[in-house]
Amino acid sequence: MNKIAEKLIWMLIALLGASAVGGIALNRGENINALWFIAAALCVYAIAYRFYAKWIALTVLAVDDTRATPAERLDNGHDFVPTNKWIVFGHHFAAIAGPGPLVGPTLAAQFGYLPGTLWILFGAVLGGCVQDMTILFLSTRRDAKSLGQMARDELGVLGGTAALIATFAIMIILIAVLGLVVVNAMKHSPWATFTVSATIPIAIIVGVYMRHLRPGQVLEATVLGVFLLLSSVALGGWVDHQESLRVWFDHEGLTLAWCIMVYGFAAAILPVWLLLAPRDYLSTYMKLGTITLLAVAIIFLRPDVKMPAITQFIDGTGPIFGGKLFPFVFITIACGAISGFHALISSGTTPKLLANEGDIRMIGYGGMLLESFVAVMAMIAATVLDPGVFFAINSSAGIVGTDAAKAVQTITAWGFPVTVEQMQTLAQQMGEVTLFARTGGAPSLAVGMASIFGSAFGDSLLAMWYHFAIMFEAIFILTTLDAGTRVGRFMLQDMLGNIWPKMGETSWTPSVVSSSALVVAAWGYFLYIGVIDPNGGVNILWPLFGIANQMLAAIALSVATGILVKSGKLRYAWVTALPLLWLITITSTAAWQKITSDDIRIGFFAAANDLSDKLAANLLPPEKALVAPQLIFNFHLDGVITIFFIALLWLIVLDMVRVVVRYLIGKPVLPTTETAHSPSRLVEDWLQD
Amino acid sequence: MVLRLKRVWRAVRQLSGDDAYERYLRHYANHHQGNKEPPLTKAEFFKRWQDGLWDGVKRCC
Repeated sequence: MNKIAEKLIWMLIALLGASAVGGIALNRGENINALWFIAAALCVYAIAYRFYAKWIALTVLAVDDTRATPAERLDNGHDFVPTNKWIVFGHHFAAIAGPGPLVGPTLAAQFGYLPGTLWILFGAVLGGCVQDMTILFLSTRRDAKSLGQMARDELGVLGGTAALIATFAIMIILIAVLGLVVVNAMKHSPWATFTVSATIPIAIIVGVYMRHLRPGQVLEATVLGVFLLLSSVALGGWVDHQESLRVWFDHEGLTLAWCIMVYGFAAAILPVWLLLAPRDYLSTYMKLGTITLLAVAIIFLRPDVKMPAITQFIDGTGPIFGGKLFPFVFITIACGAISGFHALISSGTTPKLLANEGDIRMIGYGGMLLESFVAVMAMIAATVLDPGVFFAINSSAGIVGTDAAKAVQTITAWGFPVTVEQMQTLAQQMGEVTLFARTGGAPSLAVGMASIFGSAFGDSLLAMWYHFAIMFEAIFILTTLDAGTRVGRFMLQDMLGNIWPKMGETSWTPSVVSSSALVVAAWGYFLYIGVIDPNGGVNILWPLFGIANQMLAAIALSVATGILVKSGKLRYAWVTALPLLWLITITSTAAWQKITSDDIRIGFFAAANDLSDKLAANLLPPEKALVAPQLIFNFHLDGVITIFFIALLWLIVLDMVRVVVRYLIGKPVLPTTETAHSPSRLVEDWLQD
Repeated sequence: MVLRLKRVWRAVRQLSGDDAYERYLRHYANHHQGNKEPPLTKAEFFKRWQDGLWDGVKRCC
C-alpha cells in the first residue's frame, strides 16, 4: 500500500514539474508568476535527487556506508573531524555559493528568462550536481586529496600540472571580474561606498573580539558584527545626505579600483584572524540570511515576471554582452548550473568533515541543487523588473550613450519601453543619483531584490533595502576577493618554490610580500582595464571567467571519467562523460568565436583590429583615443589567454582519453589510488551528541 | 518544542564553530588520555583552529 502511495506521489510531482516547466517554456506575451519558476525548480530537483542522484550514488559510485571516511580514520580533532551531515551540508553550501549564481543569471536575462532558467535547472541536475557529488566521492576515497593531486596521481604529471595552472588562472580572472562588479556598484554612490568601506573596520572589530577580547566566542562576536553591519547601512543613508561627508565617499571607478587593490594586498598579507576570518563569518551569515529572506519573500509575494521568455537578443546583438544564445548562455551562467570551482571545495575541504559515505548524495548533489535554486531566484529578481528598466540599468554607456534621453530612446526602440522620469523616480527611491548604465549585475539585482522586499515591507524602505542588497553582495564578493588573493598567494609561493625553494616558505616575509603583490598585480591589471573600458568591462571579463570556470569543470569531469573507467565502470562512465562532452562543446565553441569572430563585440582580435584602425584614422573621440592603446593590448592579451585556456582544456581531455584507451587495451596505467576499505566504527548517535 | 529549539541552537553553534573548543576537549578526553601534556587552553586552541581553517580554497565564486 505504502509503495503505491509513494509511486502516486512521485507521479504527481512529475506531472506538476512537467506542467510548470511547460508553463514557463510555452508562455508567450503575458506576465507569468514567479511561483511557476519555484514549482518547476522544486519538482525537477526532487525527481533528480530521488532517482538520478540515488542511482548514481548506489550503482555508479557504489557508496558504502560501512566504510570509514578520512574524517574518521584521520580524525585529529582539528581539521579532520567527523561531523553531523547537516553541519557538513551547511559548511559545504556556504563554501560553494558565492556571488557567481547571482551575477550570471542577471546578465543572461538579456536573452529572456527562459534559456537561462532551463540551463540552470537541467545543467545543474545533469552536470553540476553530478560533478560535485562524484568529485566529493573520489576525494573521500583518497584521503581527502585535492583535485590537482588526484589529477596527478590518476592521470599523470601532465594532467596534474594543467589542473594546477587552470586553478590559478581562473582565480585571477574571477577576482578581477568580481572586483569590477563591486566597483561598478560603488561608483559615484556615497551610500554604497560608505557601507562597503564600513565592513572593513567592522570585520576588524569582530576579529579582535573573537581572538583577544573573548577568545573563541564566535557567536557573540558575529551577533555584534551583524548588528554593526545593519547599522552601517542606515548610517550610510545619513552620510549620503550630509554634503560635507558625502564627498569623501563619492569616487570615480578608477579610484575605487585602486582602493580594492590595496585592500586585496592588505588582506593577503595581514593575519587571517584580523580581517579575513571575521569578514567570512559576517558574509556567511548575511548570505544565508538574505537568501532565505529572498526565498520566503518570493514564495509569499508571488511577484510577476515581466521579462519576455525569449528576447530578440538571442541573435547575438545583446546590449549586456555580445554573442548568440548558443554557446554564450552556457558560458554566462556557470555557477548555478555547473561550476568547476566547486570541485576544489568538494575535494580537499568537505571530505575532511564527512562522517559517512552515505551522506555524499545529500551534501554533494543536494548542496549544488540549493545553489541552483539561488540562481533561479536571481533570475526571478532580474526579470520581475520592467524589461526597459532592466536594460537601462545593465546597458553600458558605450552601447546606449551617456545621454539619458538618448538611452531611453534606444532601449524603447528595442521594444522595451522606459522613460527618463521612470528611471529618475526609481533612482531617487533607491537613494542613488542615477541608475543608468550601472553594469555588472549587482545594481539591477539590488533593485530587483529591493522591489521584492519593498512590496512586502512598504516602499518607504526601498533605499534601505537597495543598499542592504548592495552591502550583502559586496561583502561576500570581497570575501571571495580576499580569500582568493590569499589562496593565489599560496599557490604562487608553492609554484615559485619549485624554482627557488626559499620562495616556497609561506611565512618568509619577502616571499609573502612579493608573491602577494604579484597576485594582486595580475588581477589588478584586468580590473584596471575593465574600469577604463567604455563598454563597462564586464562584457569582456565575464565570458572569460565563464570559459575559465567551465574549463575547470571539464578538467574535474575528465578526472572523474578517467577514474570511473579505471575502476572498471566503463559502462557507467557516461554519467560524467556526457556533461564533459557538452562542456567541451560549449567552451570550445565560445573560445573559437572569441578568437575568430569578425563581430567586434565577440571576437577579441576583431575588436583589437577595429580599434587600431579607428585610432590610426583619427576616428576616436579624444578620451577614447587616450585609452585605446591599452584596450588594444588588452584585447590581444584576452585572445591569447582564451587560446591558452582552450589548449589547456584539450590537453587534459586528450590526456584522459590516452589513459582510458591504454586501460581498455590492457596497457599499464597509473594504479588507482583508492585507499583500502576499513570498517567504520562510528555510530549515528555518537554524531548527534 | 524546547527540545527542537535546543537542537537548532546546537546546530547553529556547531556551524559557526562556537563549540569547537568543547568538541576538542571531548576529542582529547577520548583519544589522548595517556598524554602528559594538558589540552590546549581555549585561546590557544582557537588560534590554531582559526589559522588551520584558512589554508586552502575555502570560498568559491
